[in-house]
Amino acid sequence: MKNRVAGVLSLALAAACAAPALAGEVEVLHWWTSGGEAKSVGELKKILESKGDKWKDFAVAGGGGETAMTVLKSRVVSGKPPTAAQVKGPGIQEWAREGVLANLDDVAKAGKWDSLLPPVVSNVMKYQGHYVAVPVNVHRVNWMWVNPEVFKKAGARIPTTWEEFATEAEKIKKAGFIAVAHGGQPWQDATVFETVALGVGGAEWYKKAFVELDPKALNSPQMEKAFSTLRVVQKYIDKDAANRDWNLATAMVINGKAAMQFMGDWAKGEFTAARKVPGKDYICAPAPGNKGAYTFNIDSFIMFSQKDASAKSAQAHLAAAIMEPQFQEVFNLNKGSIPVRLGMKMDKFDQCAKDSAADFVATSKSGALVPSWAHEMAMPPANKGAMFDVVTGFMNTPSMTPRAAAEKMAAAGKK
Amino acid sequence: MSSATSAGAASVPAHSWRQAVENALPRIVLGPTLLCALVFIYGFIAWTAWLSFTESRLLPRYELAGLVQYITLFENDRWWIAVRNLAIFGSLFMGVCLALGLLLAILLDQRIRAEGFLRAIYLYPMALSFIVTGTAWRWILNPGLGAQQLVRQMGFENFTFDWIVTPGMSIYAVVIAGAWQSTGFVMALFLAGLRGVDDAVIKSAQVDGAGPVRIYTSIIIPSLRPVFFSALIILAHIAIKSFDLVMALTGGGPGYSSDVPATFMYTFAFNRNQIGLGAASAMMMMLTIVAVLVPMIYAETGRHRRG
Amino acid sequence: MAELQRTRAAGAGAAGRVVVYALLVAFALYYLMPLFVMVTTSLKTLDDIRAGNLLALPGQVTFDAWSRAWSGACTGVRCEGLRVNFWNSVSFVLPAVLISTLIGAFNGYVLTMWRFRGSDVMFTMLLLGCFIPFQVVLLPMAQTLGYLGIANSIAGLVFVHVVYGLAFTTLFFRNFYVSLPDGMVKAARVDGAGFFTIFWRIILPISPPIIVVCVIWQFTQIWNDFLFGVVFSSGERQPITVALNNLVNTSTGVKEYNVDMAAAIIAGLPTLLVYVVAGKYFMRGLTAGAVKG
Repeated sequence: MKNRVAGVLSLALAAACAAPALAGEVEVLHWWTSGGEAKSVGELKKILESKGDKWKDFAVAGGGGETAMTVLKSRVVSGKPPTAAQVKGPGIQEWAREGVLANLDDVAKAGKWDSLLPPVVSNVMKYQGHYVAVPVNVHRVNWMWVNPEVFKKAGARIPTTWEEFATEAEKIKKAGFIAVAHGGQPWQDATVFETVALGVGGAEWYKKAFVELDPKALNSPQMEKAFSTLRVVQKYIDKDAANRDWNLATAMVINGKAAMQFMGDWAKGEFTAARKVPGKDYICAPAPGNKGAYTFNIDSFIMFSQKDASAKSAQAHLAAAIMEPQFQEVFNLNKGSIPVRLGMKMDKFDQCAKDSAADFVATSKSGALVPSWAHEMAMPPANKGAMFDVVTGFMNTPSMTPRAAAEKMAAAGKK
Repeated sequence: MSSATSAGAASVPAHSWRQAVENALPRIVLGPTLLCALVFIYGFIAWTAWLSFTESRLLPRYELAGLVQYITLFENDRWWIAVRNLAIFGSLFMGVCLALGLLLAILLDQRIRAEGFLRAIYLYPMALSFIVTGTAWRWILNPGLGAQQLVRQMGFENFTFDWIVTPGMSIYAVVIAGAWQSTGFVMALFLAGLRGVDDAVIKSAQVDGAGPVRIYTSIIIPSLRPVFFSALIILAHIAIKSFDLVMALTGGGPGYSSDVPATFMYTFAFNRNQIGLGAASAMMMMLTIVAVLVPMIYAETGRHRRG
Repeated sequence: MAELQRTRAAGAGAAGRVVVYALLVAFALYYLMPLFVMVTTSLKTLDDIRAGNLLALPGQVTFDAWSRAWSGACTGVRCEGLRVNFWNSVSFVLPAVLISTLIGAFNGYVLTMWRFRGSDVMFTMLLLGCFIPFQVVLLPMAQTLGYLGIANSIAGLVFVHVVYGLAFTTLFFRNFYVSLPDGMVKAARVDGAGFFTIFWRIILPISPPIIVVCVIWQFTQIWNDFLFGVVFSSGERQPITVALNNLVNTSTGVKEYNVDMAAAIIAGLPTLLVYVVAGKYFMRGLTAGAVKG
């Protein structure tokens, strides 16, 4: 398999180098169809077209890319993979193992990716030392989005620990507001739980449990504490949350029905679209217990090996364009995330993004920079799915004890 | 070929090959369909069966690995919830559709004015997929936006209808929407059946002084037996394959409390990169189908041969 | 006319009639509710939707949402609404329906009038084929289409829909033909009429009722299909159900429910029309024998 990858790759490269100006077509499978996201993709399209390549949009919306993955599999099986597809985390390695990805080392070398990307990121993009994927952006997941008006009306303060959260949320509930805006979909349940777990158990334990899948760490007092805290959080979620989309939950914070939401920084796009100003109309704060820790979610594109030379050259253009500062800036301004390239000028970004960028660098040094497992950054999809089942099962089964849930987590972590 | 077929042994040699072609024509015509069925149905089932004995994850792999996927499947709580939900959904859905479909058909068969109009209303949901009506149904069933809020606004403050957001109840909400879609078709089948009932039999029963209820329960409904069969097969088919319905209404939620085998299979095979496990669950689905339907179909075709 | 003679059941008293009508109307209202919600919502402005409840009538009727859904709404980088996808759907649904119906008619004809050893077994096999969960066939089918060189094309979609529609169309025609008297075909065969002559001259002319049923069924199934559409097509060639799904799952800050609903109605309109226009013939076809399994 290794040889095959290498062989295909070197061929691809030879062709890409021989005819760098060859115009081709790129077909990009993605599920960025919503406002800011779509605008960002449009930017990429423009850059490529300026190089003479043709952009063939292949958008499949819905369910965080679940439908898109089904489509991708059938395309690869039918022998006609797209040029690039939105795949991230350990999923990149799984695809590379199938021997269908292209080698991007030459593009990476020309663009000096190794010096521009933090190792945490570049390791995920490489398979056996070769670049097979291009990172687009960094989302911070462990944010808390706050409507300060609601807090003020309820006489509550923004909590910094989960103990404080319980008392403040109670005040908000008593004042007649929904304390926590949430949508009862498995990935949202897992997003909240992950943030709670990091806040309760700390980065060291988080890495042992969710990255190394150590059974002792998974079935531990910290895990039980995380689940019992999740029960507390659940008390402050309204009853109609089932199957609510995340952006509708965000809207509840925006229009003052709810006080806070635990969600990644893509939520900022909703605030921006509603013309709200950070620091004034809304506040982005690290979730309780999450100060000084950072859960990251990196979007990336994997590139499939192509047969004809023009397709290869267009693919190389695409890979290079994604990492260019111009695209990184525009894309991330639209999407709410921060550039994955280090050392970018951040002056066009808002305060939340500036904080995020500073924390990203700081936590990467302190060791508290951890991958978000709820967003497929930390473990294979099978384990992730099994853990989703446990968390969402816990949320929907009031009789399940934190003890039992912790045991199930250990079982779900089995490789 | 010609020796195997028959009759035309006496014909002139020049015509005999034409005769042979003519005799083989039925087989030739049916051939492509047969080939399609063999490859695209039975071949693919065999392919799935094979994969269910492998450790395939992201993409198919063909090295056999024994029963490991089936063991994993049977140890999975979520699978059993899906099975239980299918049992609940299947029986309720078929029961409601049959009962309501028959009732509507009988009512419509009473020389109703505007029958065609009413019939169209009962039938139209069949024309729409849940990709189309899903959003509307999610609204109606959502307690904060739909029926519950509506009734409360009318003054019944304590009215609750929150099945769709309640784990353990959401599958019943799915039944409501499912029955809405399929009852009309069952009604049409029954109505067609009612129109085929021999009037003379009814007349003579009336002469004998049988009341309307009696006539329905002991004469008309028993004579609809074949219709019940057709309706049951169609409904069983819809129930076992229901996928769009669940995806559009609940996405399998809250949590995975309204998961059914079809959504389970899809989730594991395509979203969780566990193709082997997905294949195993698909095999279980197909075994269930065979176990339920083969006797039914056998009974029906057997009855037909006798008739 | 048969029903005229039936003064059966509740025909007795006027009170009975009232109950019958009341029940029928109540059910009709229940069946209409989702459509009512969809239509009224599509005619409202967003403010109107937020202010009123589910069953409230639009304060001011506007067709903005409709024109946006048809030609302006965005998914991804394309802002062309459903227009393109609507014609995509037409372009593969029509051939798929016609081909599968024609083959089904021939199959039904063979399975009833030209039975041979094993033909009943074949029919049972085919019938079981109706029940294969379509999720199962996605990957092997993708591979097959790749081999055949029609992956990702209209031809590929037509092929898939024909293959998986055959079981149903064959079933329909077989059940219809089986209820015909054998006599006329036998007589024609004695007269020396061949396989195709009998089909074109005798069988086809009496088939319209079942053809209508079959076409309606196939049209509805294929037009409404999402799974095959999303997996076996891409980009600008996606059918309307896929485009609708993209549209509904696309949220730009504020969810435009009115556009979603208008798009949903547009996607459902052809099948709705078919049912309303041809519904009468559908009933007739069912009555004529499709039911008698």
